Amino acid sequence: MKCQYESQRVAYPYFIAAMALFAAQVLFGLVVGIQYIWPDFLFPAIPFNIGRMIHINLLVVWLIFGFMGSAYYLLPEEVEGEIFSVKLALLHFWLFLIGGATAIVGYLFRWHDGREFLEQPTIIKVAIVVVVLMFIFNMFMTIMKGRRKTGISVVLFIGFLGLAVFYLFAFFKPDNMTLDKYFWWWVVHLWVEGVWELIMAALLSFLLVKITGIDREVAEKWLYAIVGLTFLTGIIGTGHHYYWIGTPAFWQTWGAWFSAIEVLPFAAMVAFSFSMVSKRARNHPNRAAVLWTVGAAVLSFLGAGVLGFMHTLPQINFYTHGTQMTASHGHLAFYGAYAVIVLAMASYAVPNIRGVMPTHQKAEIFAFWTMSISMVLIALSLTGAGIVQVYLQRILAIPYMETQSYITIFYAMRLFFGATFTIGLVVYLYDFFLPGKARAESPS
Amino acid sequence: MTKTSVRNMVIGATVIVSVVFLYMTYLSYASLSERTNSEKISEEVAWGKRVWEKHACIDCHTLLGEGAYYAPELGNVIKRRGEAYVKIVLETAAVQGWGTTRKMPQFDLTEKDINGLMEFFKWMGEIDTNNWPPNIEG
Repeated sequence: MKCQYESQRVAYPYFIAAMALFAAQVLFGLVVGIQYIWPDFLFPAIPFNIGRMIHINLLVVWLIFGFMGSAYYLLPEEVEGEIFSVKLALLHFWLFLIGGATAIVGYLFRWHDGREFLEQPTIIKVAIVVVVLMFIFNMFMTIMKGRRKTGISVVLFIGFLGLAVFYLFAFFKPDNMTLDKYFWWWVVHLWVEGVWELIMAALLSFLLVKITGIDREVAEKWLYAIVGLTFLTGIIGTGHHYYWIGTPAFWQTWGAWFSAIEVLPFAAMVAFSFSMVSKRARNHPNRAAVLWTVGAAVLSFLGAGVLGFMHTLPQINFYTHGTQMTASHGHLAFYGAYAVIVLAMASYAVPNIRGVMPTHQKAEIFAFWTMSISMVLIALSLTGAGIVQVYLQRILAIPYMETQSYITIFYAMRLFFGATFTIGLVVYLYDFFLPGKARAESPS
Repeated sequence: MTKTSVRNMVIGATVIVSVVFLYMTYLSYASLSERTNSEKISEEVAWGKRVWEKHACIDCHTLLGEGAYYAPELGNVIKRRGEAYVKIVLETAAVQGWGTTRKMPQFDLTEKDINGLMEFFKWMGEIDTNNWPPNIEG
């Protein structure tokens, strides 16, 4: 297969940047993972706070690169027309890469702001807004000029629009910490449990239509239902972050009910992908891409849905809030929902852009299982750490640092599975950067 | 159900939950001064918050349970350790850092910064958190 529209190729640099930054993210993950066991590692050159800041900021940046690349790849096929401006797409690619790299290097020299995940200095935040606006403009013009408007393209567009709008709350820094935290969640929660889910569901629908050959009418009905469930549960579900930060107690009731059903959109994505794949009209030759696609639905259900649900009720969250339980959930949720969907898009799109047959299928399938099982085991190791931490610190009232000394074994397990994850990643990147040379026979 | 009727239900549901959410946001905002003693946010407290952000404390510590889980909770640190102890930690951190296993790096903290952080922690400790954390150890 080859790509049908010339301008789809502009997605290529986006995927390359995403993969490089992904590798760097995992490297910094290993650094902070080692520091949990040997705190003097790289100290004080890279103290834990800087390493963790880089680990998570790289995650967000590479995922957004992946989302944008995915959008540029699928839009021409969806709307049946070329990208409005390839030059603009390349311009904001470089702007984003330079801005992102400046921020990450700046962190190493203590040039940062100080709110969790939003550590980007103000000027970098402004640059991010400019980049996203350029992207949204390009996307909007492409959709308007295209020959048709599909549900997938419109949902994707709304997802990115929401991403831009809610990021604006990153500029609001009141003196009252409770107010600060309240709207900080409008960026963080309404991104990852709101508009990002739209982007994920749109990419999932696109992939399922392509790899199963099933009519898009069916897929888009599912997509709308998933979007509906996301907003119905996720917006008021923000309340599960408002239990203990100085906000009113009524959030415990509302947050509990709505976040308990936040698992529904993820369950729907699992049902959607299994029903599509089981009714498939053809067997797609790119088996690795099929695996990543179904894997995204299943792993996001486990990480975001099940692990999230486990400690979302206030009666449980009272004890687990701010422990390793959150880290456990965070790792599998971000990997399962967002990393895997971008890897699925890359596995599907990049061979088409290169005009080669998807090669190294066995290697890539090995990478999928190695990375995914490793991440599940990382999450389970941290769940173990979390359970012991809750018992010692929250029930027996043993001081924090003493508690930590009893759970080193779980951090060692986490680091071990971090190492096996890295093996899977290396295999994936080998397949990505050094593909086989078999040419595609015919465009389709 | 047709695709259009599903879409219309989605739009309807989203509008309803958004309105409810915004109303609850208004109620939360209205309760802010009572629950957080916002009139007690002095210039020192505000300065302390800025120092807290300047050194990205949140990327090791937690504050009301939010943060990085690598270092102790600080929302109730004054009640747990007492003012004198916390002040010694900050003064030591300004010279050589703090800790024996996991270490807090040396931060360039002026007297104004230390005073601001102390006032900030004191103010944080008075926020009505619905009785979280479960015990003084945070």
